[in-house]
Amino acid sequence: MEAVAAHFMAKYNYWIYVVLMMIGFYAMIGKSNLVKKLIGMNIFQTAIILFFVSTGAKKGGSIPILDKYAALQGHVDVNQVVNPLPHVLMLTAIVVGVSVTGVALAVMVRIYRKYGTLEEDEILQKIENE
Amino acid sequence: MKINLQEARERIPQRDIILETTVRLMVPFIQLYGLYVIVHGHYSPGGGFQGGVVLGASVILLALALGLPASKEYLTEGTDIIMANVGALIFTGIAVLCALLGGMFLDYSVLTKILPIDPISWRSHGIFLVEVGVGMGVMTIMVSIYWDMASAGSLDEGL
Amino acid sequence: MKPLALLATLITGALLLYGTADFAAWGDPQSPPNSNISVRFIEEAVKETHVPNIVTAVLGDYRGYDTMFELVVIYCAGMAVMGVLRRREDQ
Repeated sequence: MEAVAAHFMAKYNYWIYVVLMMIGFYAMIGKSNLVKKLIGMNIFQTAIILFFVSTGAKKGGSIPILDKYAALQGHVDVNQVVNPLPHVLMLTAIVVGVSVTGVALAVMVRIYRKYGTLEEDEILQKIENE
Repeated sequence: MKINLQEARERIPQRDIILETTVRLMVPFIQLYGLYVIVHGHYSPGGGFQGGVVLGASVILLALALGLPASKEYLTEGTDIIMANVGALIFTGIAVLCALLGGMFLDYSVLTKILPIDPISWRSHGIFLVEVGVGMGVMTIMVSIYWDMASAGSLDEGL
Repeated sequence: MKPLALLATLITGALLLYGTADFAAWGDPQSPPNSNISVRFIEEAVKETHVPNIVTAVLGDYRGYDTMFELVVIYCAGMAVMGVLRRREDQ
């Protein structure tokens, strides 16, 4: 029983992020409105960012901003400082996500101007009827 | 960057004196906070991208409260596009300058040949200059994307 | 269409949950992401750049190439939105 509880406490963050990823994935493939698909993509991406940042946590560690004079003179204890590398990579990922959302919404404005609807099956029917 | 308040007030169909006064008071403080976040990237969480988004949000707030033509008088389209290009060119310019002076691409310590400070201090100042460029670029692109999408391309009348 | 999407989602979720059996525990200081190059970054970044914020030092100096292309990406997104949405006067 303690082994199951210990295993749960060691991995439950990964399970929560997988559930969030699957919610976003279902919204992307299961819904037929284009805006709902885009929101599903955003949820998926948020789950990935949270997953990456959580791999760098350390038990008992604090933020990666050190005291300058203490670090220049003395030795830095690596186990007390949280890993900074996932934070750096995920800053880039957030900005790329914002850009993709912006361009996708602009393309949707053009699609609405031309076809008058944002439902995927109606757009396909209008393309076939032309 | 001046707004003609009488014209701005007459152009909006539903004017609200509380919104206009509050936004006019808040925008300088939001911009000061955005500059603070950019400059204090070395000593606290922050940096170029975060500060640039706060600065862009201040101009978008002005567009939401006083109408899109008023924010276009505040930050003209020409200034907007020029600042976006200058921001991207600052970053790439510093990187190519480092390569032209004999070091590798983005190796800030060879800039000692231009201004004779300690090479390790030049790395710290190089990071700061590059973050200023990033902040300028991000602010103007956020405002430009908002203008294009709120007016569906025509830039004359906002939300 | 919807039941098929739900089935695909559940199968993918089950495979991913099975894959988390190999991951390191949450908060382990000796896990593989925490032990290769980030040890060098944490120990040497303040001495080599005099910047106390390790995230800014890595973002602006050690990984400056990535930051430059991120700025280019957001610039291209602005240009793309302008190109898609603006109309000429004769249309």
